[in-house]
Amino acid sequence: MTASHLTSSPVYGLMAEFETPTDLVHAAKGAFEAGYRKMDTYTPYPLEEAAEAIGAHHNRVPLICLIGAILGMCGGYSLEYWVSVVNYPINVGGKPFHAWPAFIPVTFECAILGASLATVFGMLALNGLPQPYHPVFNSPNFVRASRDRFFLCIESQDPKFRLDDTRRFLQDFHPSEITEVPY
Amino acid sequence: MSTTAMEFDPRIQEAQVLPPPHWVEGHPSLAQITDDIARPMEGRPGKGWWICFGIACLGLLDLVGMVTWLIAKGIGVWGLNNSVGWAFDITNFVFWIGIGHAGTLISAILLLFRQQWRTSINRSAEAMTIFAVMCAGLFPAIHMGRPWDAFFIFPYFPNQRGPLWVNFRSPLVWDVVAISTYFTISLVFWYLGMVPDLATLRDRAKGGIKKFIFRVLSLGWNGSHRTWARYEITSLVLAGLATPLVLSVHSIVSMDFATSLVPGWHTTIFPPYFVAGAIYSGFGMVLTLLIITRQTMHLERYITMQHLDKMAKVTMFTGMIVSYAYATEFFSAWYGGNLYERYHFINRATGPYAWCFYLMVLCNVITPQMLWPRKIRSSVAALFIVSILVNIGMWFERFVIIVVSLHRAFLPSGWGMFYPTKIDVGVLVGSFGLFFTCFLLFIRFLPMIAMWEIRGVAGHGAYKMALSSDDDEEQKQEEAVIA
Repeated sequence: MTASHLTSSPVYGLMAEFETPTDLVHAAKGAFEAGYRKMDTYTPYPLEEAAEAIGAHHNRVPLICLIGAILGMCGGYSLEYWVSVVNYPINVGGKPFHAWPAFIPVTFECAILGASLATVFGMLALNGLPQPYHPVFNSPNFVRASRDRFFLCIESQDPKFRLDDTRRFLQDFHPSEITEVPY
Repeated sequence: MSTTAMEFDPRIQEAQVLPPPHWVEGHPSLAQITDDIARPMEGRPGKGWWICFGIACLGLLDLVGMVTWLIAKGIGVWGLNNSVGWAFDITNFVFWIGIGHAGTLISAILLLFRQQWRTSINRSAEAMTIFAVMCAGLFPAIHMGRPWDAFFIFPYFPNQRGPLWVNFRSPLVWDVVAISTYFTISLVFWYLGMVPDLATLRDRAKGGIKKFIFRVLSLGWNGSHRTWARYEITSLVLAGLATPLVLSVHSIVSMDFATSLVPGWHTTIFPPYFVAGAIYSGFGMVLTLLIITRQTMHLERYITMQHLDKMAKVTMFTGMIVSYAYATEFFSAWYGGNLYERYHFINRATGPYAWCFYLMVLCNVITPQMLWPRKIRSSVAALFIVSILVNIGMWFERFVIIVVSLHRAFLPSGWGMFYPTKIDVGVLVGSFGLFFTCFLLFIRFLPMIAMWEIRGVAGHGAYKMALSSDDDEEQKQEEAVIA
């Protein structure tokens, strides 16, 4: 870490812009093999190969979904039980107060609701969204990351990052442009 | 590291020997896809849009007027009476909920089955779901007579009515929970699917209020691979959750009827029968909407004849399931030996509402059979007519189920007739106004085709085939041998 502090100017990283996904994946693979770890690709559509090139990691979204489903299910059933048996037991057509088969539809819907909302908010939280500011947007051509260009950003936080060396390294992959990303 | 794109080129050509199916006509570049889809939102709408929007707004005005009158006067202004207590209102409710189901089917079930043709149509189909559920939700509320007390149907806390709660053993309460869950999930799914496209629009906007709105709505999306990975998993998980949800929603709607004892309602076939009918009617509506959109917004390149063909096939298939369900209903009425049930079905085909029944058979049994020849499936005009007939037929199906069952219940002393009033018709027409107003505003202001998904399937997907990791290793080994 100290080394990176000595060498890095106040930049977030170096942003290389590629015209095709093939070039981007190639560069990402190269950078990973060369030992860079703190980097990110920015693409206009999901590119699994880019994630794999950088070393994809498992994500915790499905686990959050399961927890949400269980909470929703238990919450739904408990509400029904408490309402129908404890707080307001009323005889409707001779049905038992604790009519568990009749409680299933609502329990099911609550489980789905809990799971979905947990998944969505969990995903947003893991991704740090909503995110009012991110340095990559300081890169002038970055608006095209949501349109037709493919970007690789090696961050200055990476221990191997040296502004000049890294720039030279990225040059080998023939990006259409390399820019410094200020904070 | 010295070899660059050269390493991949031969395999890209190899992949072109067996090209992936093409769901976009021509080979538009990524930039062009974005431009084509964003154009309707950035330019001024054409005459076609204004005409449609004007008509839809008139419908919406009609709805506002009718509902105001209804709330002021009470539901006696409808043609309801003691025999037929559910008529147009619940017919419209079931009709609109059914319409919504095709949207979820396209966005969720077809995603799980990896049907890539859904990419051009899923966004607008999801939007259709949301607007249809909004229309549907209106009807139970205004049917309550005292709509200002509509919140009584929700269990809420702290409950200030003393210990007075909803009856969780009643299917009507299941319905409330199912529909509100369905609306919430559909809305979240739709919005989440739009976030990357909102980021595109944010990056395209020149400035001002538009840019600000898109900045807020796109949540600071930057398209990093970590974000995409979690995002894609989330889409899959939501699709996996929405699939049983959509099946449960219409099953529960059908239980509103099936758990009662009324002849014509009290059958176990209802849940699958209602779900198939919902998908059938929903695909009819998707066809109607997409044909209109494709013509008025000039998106023929993205909503191709292949898409219309696929949707026509699903319509035909679900239409046949519906026909089979009709036959089964008649068979069990005859074979079951229940006097009231048998009478109900004889009355359905020969009673005072027989014309509704035959209209329903014409539209739902015979019309889908028209879709067998490829010629009809490749004619936009013919498909448009078929889709309208499907919508009419499915509305009448619900009318037949609801009104025909109620008007001849067990005791002849309770028999009666239902005649719709002007207000009944006005509210029905008005609900179309609400639906089309929302839909037209949607295609004007939001990306009606998922740009990011189209980018992935528009031929650039060939890259994926060319680059499976096994090939990569083999290639490396070969190169090593050569070296």
